[in-house]
Amino acid sequence: MLNIFGANKKTASKNVAKERLKLVLITDRIKASDPMIELLKADIMEVISKYVEIGEDEVDLSINNEDLESGEGASTLSATIPIKSFKSRI
Amino acid sequence: MSEVIVITSGKGGVGKTTTSANIGTGLAMLDKKVVLLDADIGLRNLDVILGLENRIVYDVVDVIEGKCTYKKALIKDKKNPNLFLLPAAQTRDKDSVTPEQMKELCNELREEFDFVLIDCPAGIENGFKIAIAGADRALVVTTPEVSAVRDADRIIGLLGASDIRSPQLIINRIRFDMVKREEMMAIEDVEEILAIDVIGVIPDDEAIIISANKGEPAVLDKESSAGLSFLDVSRRIAGEEVPFRDLNLKEGFLSNLKKLFKGK
Repeated sequence: MLNIFGANKKTASKNVAKERLKLVLITDRIKASDPMIELLKADIMEVISKYVEIGEDEVDLSINNEDLESGEGASTLSATIPIKSFKSRI
Repeated sequence: MSEVIVITSGKGGVGKTTTSANIGTGLAMLDKKVVLLDADIGLRNLDVILGLENRIVYDVVDVIEGKCTYKKALIKDKKNPNLFLLPAAQTRDKDSVTPEQMKELCNELREEFDFVLIDCPAGIENGFKIAIAGADRALVVTTPEVSAVRDADRIIGLLGASDIRSPQLIINRIRFDMVKREEMMAIEDVEEILAIDVIGVIPDDEAIIISANKGEPAVLDKESSAGLSFLDVSRRIAGEEVPFRDLNLKEGFLSNLKKLFKGK
C-alpha cells in the first residue's frame, strides 16, 4: 500500500531486517554449535540406555524453530529414540 | 602496556582496511607508537589506503621466513613518525604463515610498539585464524545491513571460542537520514542483535572514498564526520572516555536554521 507520508512504522524495512536477522541468527547459532548437540546426544543415550535398550543408530536429536516464524514460542529440542526392549531391572 | 588488536568482520567490503588505517593513524596522532600489520596475504590493500604502496621492499612473509628482520620490512608513514606499516605479501597465499608464527611475530612487535593493529582478511577460514592468533583484543566491523550483521554474528561466535577477550563492535557506514526514516537499522538495533559493546559508530561519508583516492586516511581531515568518529574510536582504544557524537548534528543545524527564519 502506498503511503505518501513516508514509511509506515509497521512495515518500515528496518523492522523487517531486524525480524529476519533474529530468525536467521537463531538457526545459524544452533548450527554453529553442532558439536554441542553431539555431546548432548551421547549423554542422553547413556542415561536412557540404563533403563531401555535403544536403537543407537536411529536416534535423532534436533532443535526446531518452527513456532518462531509466527513470532511466538521458543526453540524446542526434540529427540526420537527407538526402543528395542525394556531392561528388566529391580 | 602494549596491546595487539585484530580488526575483523567476516563479510568483505564493510570497511576493515579503512577502519584499520584510520584507527591506526588516529592512535599515532595521540602519540602512541603504532604498527599496522596487513594480514590479508595475497590481497594486500592497507598500503594503498595509507599511500605507501611504492615504498614496499619486504613483506610479512619475508619476515616470517627469516629473509629479513621485521625492522627492515617496516615502512614509516609519510607524515606521522609514530606510524609504521608491515605490509602483506601480494604474490603468496595465506598458508605461507601459520598461527604460531603469527603469534610469535605479534609478541616481537609488542616489545617495540604501544599498539599492534592487525587488518584481518574477510572470511572465516585459515586467513582469519592466522590473523587472530596473536591478538589480545578484537574489533568487529559491520554495516547496518542484514548480510554484514549476520556474518559479524558468526565471527563473534568464533572469537568466543578463542582466547580473545570480549570483542567490541564498530558500526560503519551508517546513514542517519535512513535511520530516521526507519529504512536502516539503528545503532541500538544492531547492538541488540549482536549483543556486544559498541566502541564506534562511523557515518557514511564520501570523504572516505576521497581520502582513499589520495592515500591519506580521513582521520587526518578535521572536516570529515567519519574521520572525527574514527578519532573518537582511537581515543576510546587508548583508554579515554569519549561520549558518542550526536551525528544528527547536520539535520539539527538545518532545522534550527529553519526555526530561526520562521522566527520561532
